[in-house]
Amino acid sequence: MIPYGAIISSYLVAAVLFILSLGGLSTQKTARRGNLYGIIGMALAVAATTILILGKVLFPEGEAEKFSGILLDDPTTATVFAVAIGIGALIGSILAARVAMTSMPELVAILHSFVGLAAVLVGISTYYRPGVEVPEGGELVHNIEIYLAVFIGAITFTGSVLAFLKLRGSVSGKPLTLPGRHLLNLLMVGGCVYLAFPFVSAEGHSAVEPLLWMTLTACFIGFHMVAAIGGADMPVVVSMLNSYSGWAAAAAGFMLKNDLLIVTGALVGSSGAILSYIMCRAMNRSFISVILGGFGTDGGGGGGSTPSQDQGEVTSFDVEETVEAMRDATDIIIIPGYGMAVAQAQHSLSQVVDFLKDKGKTVRFGIHPVAGRLPGHMNVLLAEANVDYNLVLEMDEINDDFPATDLVLVIGANDIVNPDALEDPNSPIAGMPVLEVWKSELVVVMKRSMGTGYAGVQNPLFFKDNTRMLFGDAKVVVDQLLTGLRSP
Amino acid sequence: MKIGVPREVWPGECRVAASPANVKRLGKLGFSVLVESGAGTAASFEDESYRQAGAEVMAGTAALWEQSDIVIKVRAPMKNPETGIDEVDLLREGGTLISFIWPGQEEELVEKLAARKATVLAMDCVPRISRAQKLDALSSMANIAGYRAVLEAAHHFGSFFTGQMTAAGKVPPAKVLVVGAGVAGLAAIGAAKGLGAIVRAFDTRPAVEEQVQSMGAEFLTVKIEEDGTGSGGYAKQMSQAFIDAEHALFEELAQDIDIIITTALIPGRPAPLLITEQAVKNMKPGSVIVDLAAERGGNTAGAVADEVVESHGVKIIGYTDLPSRMAKVSSNLYGNNICHLLDDMGGAENYKVDEADEVVRGTLVLNGGEMKWPAPVKKLAEETKVADSTTQEVAVDVVPAEKKDRGPFALLLIGLALIAVGWSGDTGFLHQVTVFVLSCFIGYQVIWNVSASLHTPLMSVTNAISGIIIVGGMLQLGGPLDSPATILGVIAVFFATINITGGFLVTQRMLKMFQG
Repeated sequence: MIPYGAIISSYLVAAVLFILSLGGLSTQKTARRGNLYGIIGMALAVAATTILILGKVLFPEGEAEKFSGILLDDPTTATVFAVAIGIGALIGSILAARVAMTSMPELVAILHSFVGLAAVLVGISTYYRPGVEVPEGGELVHNIEIYLAVFIGAITFTGSVLAFLKLRGSVSGKPLTLPGRHLLNLLMVGGCVYLAFPFVSAEGHSAVEPLLWMTLTACFIGFHMVAAIGGADMPVVVSMLNSYSGWAAAAAGFMLKNDLLIVTGALVGSSGAILSYIMCRAMNRSFISVILGGFGTDGGGGGGSTPSQDQGEVTSFDVEETVEAMRDATDIIIIPGYGMAVAQAQHSLSQVVDFLKDKGKTVRFGIHPVAGRLPGHMNVLLAEANVDYNLVLEMDEINDDFPATDLVLVIGANDIVNPDALEDPNSPIAGMPVLEVWKSELVVVMKRSMGTGYAGVQNPLFFKDNTRMLFGDAKVVVDQLLTGLRSP
Repeated sequence: MKIGVPREVWPGECRVAASPANVKRLGKLGFSVLVESGAGTAASFEDESYRQAGAEVMAGTAALWEQSDIVIKVRAPMKNPETGIDEVDLLREGGTLISFIWPGQEEELVEKLAARKATVLAMDCVPRISRAQKLDALSSMANIAGYRAVLEAAHHFGSFFTGQMTAAGKVPPAKVLVVGAGVAGLAAIGAAKGLGAIVRAFDTRPAVEEQVQSMGAEFLTVKIEEDGTGSGGYAKQMSQAFIDAEHALFEELAQDIDIIITTALIPGRPAPLLITEQAVKNMKPGSVIVDLAAERGGNTAGAVADEVVESHGVKIIGYTDLPSRMAKVSSNLYGNNICHLLDDMGGAENYKVDEADEVVRGTLVLNGGEMKWPAPVKKLAEETKVADSTTQEVAVDVVPAEKKDRGPFALLLIGLALIAVGWSGDTGFLHQVTVFVLSCFIGYQVIWNVSASLHTPLMSVTNAISGIIIVGGMLQLGGPLDSPATILGVIAVFFATINITGGFLVTQRMLKMFQG
């Protein structure tokens, strides 16, 4: 028999390990150890809880009754439990092993939905029969906690499922702007608040109906909220849902009187919130305006070609001329965008980089915070292509270096290198920090066509004197560049 | 379609209308190219290079002209001083000619070409609009002239351009004055700065001040309020008062300046006299003046076209063939201008002399013998902006609105809210609130330290640890297996496990990929 105190300490150790796990992500070197801490912490938490529910814990005087509800009555439950874990672990491992790095955003989204779903299920389950005993007079608060946990969980669940579908492309990236959508949201939230009253005040667990209606409404809110956000704002949406999944877990922790759930939920919640903030700052838009949605048009490779207002003409380069420019340059910076990932050009690009480095050139990458569909997505794709992470710099680190750079290659990126963000106060992207590539000697933009990016605005960068357009599919073009560089 | 590149017959002209690289480009546009044997020799392009680029090298001048659909040249057609044959007569009846023409000054030539029903495009008449910059031969040649002017000055100057501190003594940097900050002037400023001199530049147009300063030179102007900006970005003739003030300014500056490079030209008129004899007298002996306007009379008193003269101890260089002295690069760039023009006209496939196209229309002197020059003037809103190749960048700093420091206020609100919550709650609940709030702060501190490059693994790891909801599911497994509570608990456990294993394993996989 293990004293209850040990269980509590185990939870404490697990919480500390989780904090250390996140802390380890401050550098690439300590990151893998951080992940290990997380695994150990989780294993410890699950082990401690298993011991708890198997009844192997010795409680202090008079405490035992409080925990009688969680003890496994039925011996078959233990087997079912083991099977559930077994199958779940199998599915999780397969997903982890098979997912392509370019599909990371979808995976992250669908995992968020599982947490939301689990929170909803645990909440409703607790309502039916609270595992941990509710103290005298604490029913009101307890019911509110259940209500909140289910509410947040449901929004996270459906929101994440829709985000998953949007990122996959199964659903269009266009924002669903129903007329009066703000009113609709308000009504639905109001409805949930309204249903709270009969739920919270009801005796025992008879008020399942209001709870279920609220769940349905919250599911709809989650769905509608994500539907109204455009494909271009996905990095913010995914970060936001990451945050919500944390708050859902925290709410469950309040509900179950479990400190570990509260701590972990708060950690995850703040993590997502900070990432959302960083994303919004990088797009220079307020979080509220992103959430309320409507901005950001079609996701997926650049909308139809908007006729270019008379900005002049672009000068184009062919592969040969680009190869020449690369041979002449000493200092090169590459700006990858999501287009590069879609074309799967990162592996060929990595070989080009190696070749150039062997020739003694300085080659670096400049990553804009909202490049890609997920914060840090570009970094992962480049790492997958074996690019040394010391060459991959954030926008703030590299933005001052452009005046001293000979050649900039922009691959599959558009809005993040648009000078209008700095120069045109009327532009939809005004104020958004961008990579100031036009300050370098020569910019070569690789694009499929003259179509606009997600913001739907034309990019004056293409018409500048020191810019050349290299049209074509990113992967095909990069392969040709590699061949061109290698030939004498 | 066949393009012919004859050898230039102007005495001393070393340029050729197409380099081998240009020939390759013309080939890509669908043209076949004929090059006269020896056409590129003075520009360091051998016949063999042309052959390798895909051209047919021909020996006979007349045959070349005769077989070409389009003849491209540098200098306008003239009477060959050696053979006495007028090049106009070699041009096919109804043929096309692209070269420098100067229709305003060469009326007789234009008449002769008209008589042959020729279609003539003048590279000196390209409209000054942004779209046509890549065709603008005047700019490309002026750029080269400005650069070369500095080299000629340095060649004739008795000291360094750059300052030096040596054991044997100090060498002061040369002081250079560039008059006229157009294409040639800006190129001269750049070259002089590159050599290490102290550079000042003068212009009558206020719009160029920013461009001059961006190149690191000091901008000078005369203290009379008069805007010298004419049409097409050129300067216009100034009032007498202004001119007198200019003379005075230069006479004063002359005492201290080592090198003057003048580039002032007014379209259709003789060049303005800016450096008076008094100014030349005021200069220290050994100083150098390069007058790029010598061909049109010169900006300097005493300048002689094509010669270097000495006046009051000052060398005045009046070379008019500076681009020709850099024939290799100027041929290539000029050839590029022509390639862009032919590209705009549709290449060989869709070749068309489209009078509706603004650029073609402006460049067109004759179409099938019909006089087309000058093109009707179109008042452009942007006329004043685009004289030269340097674009003016107005960086309007869109500063996001100053975020008011709401920090202390927010903290106060949160504090009060917490106390309000505590007022009525039971201690158990309050304990949980404590844990929650503290955890949020810890989370805040820890997450900001995460490297931006690891944000994706961060999301997958937080996904994994939010799988801690499994504990919630596990705590609901008590009671009969078929009760709704337990069933929901089992399902919750199942989903949470997927998160845990999936999350940690995918994070592991990603982190393994980061190599330093």
